[in-house]
Amino acid sequence: MNDKESSAKKGYRWLFLIPFVAMLWVPFYASGTPVLGGFPFFYWYMLLWVVLTGILSLILYSLGA
Amino acid sequence: MNWTAFIVFLILFLFVTGIGFWAARWRHGDLSELHEWSLAGRQFGTFITWFLIGGDLYTAYTFIAVPALVFGAGAVGFFAVPYTILVFPIMFVVMPRFWAVAKAHNYMTPADFVRGRFDSRGLALAVAVTGILATMPYIALQLVGIQVVLEAMGLVGKTGILHDLPLILAFAILAAYTYTSGLRAPATVAVVKDTLIYITVIVAMIVIPMKLGGFGHIFQTANLALLHGPKPASILLSPKGYLAFATLAVGSAFALLLYPHAVTGVFASKGQNAIKRNAAFLPLYSIVLALIAIFGYMALAAHVHTTVPSLVVPLLFMKMFPSWFVGFAFAAIAIGALVPAAIMSIAASNLFTRNIYREYFAPNATTRDEARVAKLVSLVVKLGAILFIVALPLQFAINLQLLGGIWILQTMPSVMIGLYTRWFHRTALLLGWVAGMAVGTLMAIAEAFKSSVYPLQIGHLVLPGYAAVWAVLANLIVTVVFTAVFRASHVNAGTDHTVQHDYDDYEKSEVG
Repeated sequence: MNDKESSAKKGYRWLFLIPFVAMLWVPFYASGTPVLGGFPFFYWYMLLWVVLTGILSLILYSLGA
Repeated sequence: MNWTAFIVFLILFLFVTGIGFWAARWRHGDLSELHEWSLAGRQFGTFITWFLIGGDLYTAYTFIAVPALVFGAGAVGFFAVPYTILVFPIMFVVMPRFWAVAKAHNYMTPADFVRGRFDSRGLALAVAVTGILATMPYIALQLVGIQVVLEAMGLVGKTGILHDLPLILAFAILAAYTYTSGLRAPATVAVVKDTLIYITVIVAMIVIPMKLGGFGHIFQTANLALLHGPKPASILLSPKGYLAFATLAVGSAFALLLYPHAVTGVFASKGQNAIKRNAAFLPLYSIVLALIAIFGYMALAAHVHTTVPSLVVPLLFMKMFPSWFVGFAFAAIAIGALVPAAIMSIAASNLFTRNIYREYFAPNATTRDEARVAKLVSLVVKLGAILFIVALPLQFAINLQLLGGIWILQTMPSVMIGLYTRWFHRTALLLGWVAGMAVGTLMAIAEAFKSSVYPLQIGHLVLPGYAAVWAVLANLIVTVVFTAVFRASHVNAGTDHTVQHDYDDYEKSEVG
């Protein structure tokens, strides 16, 4: 892996902006519906993003970012 | 006095005590060397690092305070979830770089790095002092985790020395095995601690909803209870609370990785890939944290009544579980206090030893001298934490912990941004730090420590947000302005002792 490839792979890290937008744009998820398994939207949306962010990290790791 | 619970509790406590002392012989190293005592020789792989950092960041105080906040204030308490979601992308990007430069120069503290990078003793001292000040009340609050479960088991005398004796005893044992085993002790104890926590949370998530009529019912009942509570709240945020929620989350996420104990946990790992893998797998703890936050709603739905917020979780468990499992769950909380308390005291004593003792008092100290001092200081730090809790009102520690979060974020320009650029001038960084510390402290005082959310007024616009974020913005503005001034007037910026290569990836990702 040369430096150019390495820095191209580092570029994948910008994908981490997605969870930041998803979490910090609060009006998008501050609602109670739809309910899932008894959990209001606000709660299961956050739990979902715990998992999605972990998966994103795994993908970036395997891409060599 | 609940004997069944106490006996289960005691057995588990004695078990981890044995492990703590045994740890000195685990992964053999010369414990009279500082990097062996305080970083366990930088040799932890992905697995142990996961337990160590998980045990380090998700403290007993978190497990007590987050549900307590949710119990009293509703949805806003859940900022802890986006906060712990955002920590790990930051960790993935920043910490391998930090690890690399620390490894290259044998840095053990964030202040070591600042000293080398910006060639400034003053700035390094500021970073070290901030770290120690932010960590001390945090250690003290871990004691609260132990104290509430002892109290809930009826093990605490009403007055005088008997009141605090069990707590002092527990902490004395912790101090002893941290002294002998160093970071190896919390690393091994963390494995037990996290196993207990995961079992407790999984059982609670199955049993409690069954008893309370399902999650839907829990949320509804909790919402009603919050609406009719002393300070009406809700399980949903009001639009006025959005900015506070978002700034609390992002500010806390950056702050967490600046805490000395977080840095110690990361530096102890053996490589960059271990850190990145952990960034992917540590979110498992975030799920646990979210579920623990829901304990606050469960307590509302189960009609737990208390004026002492820290008793919310223990009271819920006693209402829902048989005695023996109460003992198990309480042991999880108490042992959960021991791991971070040990790592924090190691981190604080490292800061003192490297950046105050060696820097100002004993420039010729050998690494063995450093280890000796650090061990002693770790005892002093714990003694200080005990005095904090025993002699001062609890509110004092809570207020200082709140301030600590605001303060530690003020080291971000020097430490975290400093990893990427040396454009900032060392004196400007110091002035920025002063400005950030002052602004953050004044904001907390203006809120009478009731809240870390400060309504910033710009013209007619009122922006309620996390004081640490406002403070670090002030910090950055001052730093940038003065850097421009100092650079234009060619004020000496010192020598950078690090080189570009120090920050590079050491290991190629196996798949890359």
